[in-house]
Amino acid sequence: MNQQDKDTALDTFPKLLQSHVLERPTRDAIREKDLGIWQSWTWVEAAAEIRALACGLAQLGLQRGDKLAIIGDNRPRLYWGMTAAQSLGAIPVPLYQDSVADEMAYVLDNADVKIALVENQEQVDKILEIMERCPQIEHIIYDEPRGLRDYEHDFLHSYEQVQQLGIGYDHDHPDFYDREIAAGNGSDISIMLYTSGTTGNPKGVMLSNDNVIITARNGIERENLTADEEVLAYLPMAWVGDNLFSYAQSFVAGFCVSCPEDASTVHHDLREIGPTYYFAPPAVYENMLTHVMIRMEDAAQIKQKLFHYFMEHARKVGGRILNREPVSLMDSMLYKLGNILVYAPLKDVLGLSRTRLAYTAGEAIGPELFDFYRSLGINIKQLYGQTECMVFVCVQPDGEVYADTVGTPAIDVEIKIDDNGEIMYRSPGVFQSYYKNPESTASTKTEDGWVHTGDAGFFDEHNGHLKIIDRAKDVGKLNDGTLFAPKYIENKLKFFSFVKEAVLFGNGRDHSTAFINIDLNAVGNWAERRGLAYSGYIDLAGLDEVYQLINECVNKVNRDLSADSRLANSQIHRFLILHKELDADDGELTRTAKVRRNFVEERYTTLVDALYSDRSECHVETQVTFEDGRTGSLAADVRICDAQVFAQAAASQEAAA
Amino acid sequence: MNRQNAAETILSVENISLSFGIMKVLDDISFDIKRGEIRSIIGPNGAGKSSMLNVINGFYHPQEGSITFKGETRKQMAPHVAASHGIARTFQNIALFKGMSTLDNIMTGRNLKMKTNLFWQALHLGPARLEELENREAAEQIIDFLDIQAIRKKPVGKLPYGLQKRVELGRALAAEPDLLLLDEPMAGMNSEEKEDMSRFIIDVNSQFGTTIALIEHDMGVVMDLSDRVLVLDYGKQLADGLPDEVRRNQDVIDAYLGVPHEHA
Repeated sequence: MNQQDKDTALDTFPKLLQSHVLERPTRDAIREKDLGIWQSWTWVEAAAEIRALACGLAQLGLQRGDKLAIIGDNRPRLYWGMTAAQSLGAIPVPLYQDSVADEMAYVLDNADVKIALVENQEQVDKILEIMERCPQIEHIIYDEPRGLRDYEHDFLHSYEQVQQLGIGYDHDHPDFYDREIAAGNGSDISIMLYTSGTTGNPKGVMLSNDNVIITARNGIERENLTADEEVLAYLPMAWVGDNLFSYAQSFVAGFCVSCPEDASTVHHDLREIGPTYYFAPPAVYENMLTHVMIRMEDAAQIKQKLFHYFMEHARKVGGRILNREPVSLMDSMLYKLGNILVYAPLKDVLGLSRTRLAYTAGEAIGPELFDFYRSLGINIKQLYGQTECMVFVCVQPDGEVYADTVGTPAIDVEIKIDDNGEIMYRSPGVFQSYYKNPESTASTKTEDGWVHTGDAGFFDEHNGHLKIIDRAKDVGKLNDGTLFAPKYIENKLKFFSFVKEAVLFGNGRDHSTAFINIDLNAVGNWAERRGLAYSGYIDLAGLDEVYQLINECVNKVNRDLSADSRLANSQIHRFLILHKELDADDGELTRTAKVRRNFVEERYTTLVDALYSDRSECHVETQVTFEDGRTGSLAADVRICDAQVFAQAAASQEAAA
Repeated sequence: MNRQNAAETILSVENISLSFGIMKVLDDISFDIKRGEIRSIIGPNGAGKSSMLNVINGFYHPQEGSITFKGETRKQMAPHVAASHGIARTFQNIALFKGMSTLDNIMTGRNLKMKTNLFWQALHLGPARLEELENREAAEQIIDFLDIQAIRKKPVGKLPYGLQKRVELGRALAAEPDLLLLDEPMAGMNSEEKEDMSRFIIDVNSQFGTTIALIEHDMGVVMDLSDRVLVLDYGKQLADGLPDEVRRNQDVIDAYLGVPHEHA
């Protein structure tokens, strides 16, 4: 709390902005690649943009406590929209830009959004479509005018028009803006973020300026971040992580944030920027690795040999070197040679040459994947966090990074495990409440500020790090009474590059079974190498050879499970490869790509029933939603395959007895 | 829809006939294109659609008739005259420089806009340097417009078909044409790619005010996009009018549903 006293004046984002204008006026605040060139804005320029926009928003009627929706890819103007709203004491509500109109309607309506600031015609069209259901929306402001020329709505304004309006007003009322900023304080609501909601409707998490700024500052302190960091803002603005890493921490530490040119150029832009501080969900790391591996298989023999030799060496000692553990002189020299020949060029291709700190969060990361990056010397660390506390609950400390834990509590965070094994925490980042939802607030947050995470876990006896097993509500029991932790097993499956997604069933049943989604890239490449022809996902998913490939993966997982007395009974007896990829547009995944288990189980009841019968094939017809919201149907015969089940390993049996 | 009633005619062809030996490919075709409209030419396979474009563009020389473009009447066009007077086109079979990058391909479309001579260009100095920068910016605007930033530096030959089509459109746009001829821009595309391409065509038309002559197979697309539609069948002009009129025309329906043809 002492930091708060020190900086009483800097308790809101607009005030932080003003301090940067004084301290580092000519340094870059934000960048965006446009027309092939990185365009940048200094803190002074950014502040002028924000001032004009804020005054314009005020002219359109945005007042203290009103909500401004922000929808689009990461762009400077949308980030400025956040600060502009905060200057007026209004609350920005970022939405996932790839949501279909219906999903947006719920949030826009629930949040009582008055003005929407959106990126382009695509988003304008979506809002126009649902405008009737959200009568409280008074204005729409767009950034990119393309295609909007013929739209004739009084309530539709371009970003420039609003700024012009603001500049005029500012000219006539020069103290208005400063007065508005001075009226804000740390306890005001800073932002409202909707949780993706694995169950039920999304909930609006209200976070105060203090919540966000103190948490951001603690994170900076723990990792020694400075104003010289380079960050690429490429994850959805509606995600709490983006708000913390690319917005809050930039404002607190004063470092520059870069916005990619386009969603499809992120990887290229990453290489050009060379971030020093990087964050990504495991899927992104996995994707990067898959691409490297695919390209490696096409490389010349000698390069392949070199790559595999040094990667093997890195696996052996790289992680230990990064953890500052002693290694032999020979190993250390060989690692240095490898760095010149393989690791450094590889890091350059990945865009992570300069990365001092990389976080991964959101889902468990596969140990092999995790070790791969660490062995290259990239300091990737796991983070355990939630929207409800502005991300930070636990972070792995430097030098103490283990693949199977999420580290120790972050600064000012208290953690306890309740009687059911559920993890609870309390921190200065803990949210105020869910918007218009006192019941959910009461069931999540206790009166003395402890928050239920819904995750089951425990502290490791050896190193005191927190270990997460599964969602507390997902942990179930098989009919014989043994523990069934589906996520744990799904993750084991997903650690194979061929498996993109897995959904396990078993709670209240005799044994467990699984749906598998293959990874089209990895399996496709594998098939091409073997000269197997396929026309698309459905075709590939049904190939005998692919079933064999996945069967081997499942068998390996079963063998692993058989070694653990608590989990040996959850071995997968039967599985099938789904005929379509699970998709957020069909509601099967959340927008952050987490499986909605119950929904999937209901949607594919026929397939689940078939898994628990002795049939070897099942016909299924599925409704699919295309990107533009239209629907179609997909029919397929899905085969079901038996997996090998191993006897519980003798040693663990004795231990259990 | 009303805007072209008042608009001037940018191109009109009168009584065009074209034959190769005894094959009559175009038989007495007359129509006009007004400034700012999207004008489609449709018809079954072998109807003479591409030949018509080739006549406008100066690739083929008709035996009879005349072409009036921007007030100047000619017996026939020459390709370089067409290009320098503001007609650009894309091809049914993509005609890009496969080994060059997307950006370079689009830059070639700026060729006619380059005024400096080879000497300055080779030195990359003075006016040539400025010009290069201007043209690069124009090319980047097009890359942004067509949303192809990710493939800016990729060799075109390695791109999927749908993207190559988009690059080809980009190169045609780079010439900042008054009249853009699109030869089956959506052939071989899936429905999502078609939708994207339709969007681009509408945006080109509304944003830059480019007049567009479009040849297309997909009736649904044509009817949605076009201001007016010309229907050809076996080199003859079958119908000409608003999409709705054409849709209801019995001759057109017969031609598309394959009623036995006297020539067949």
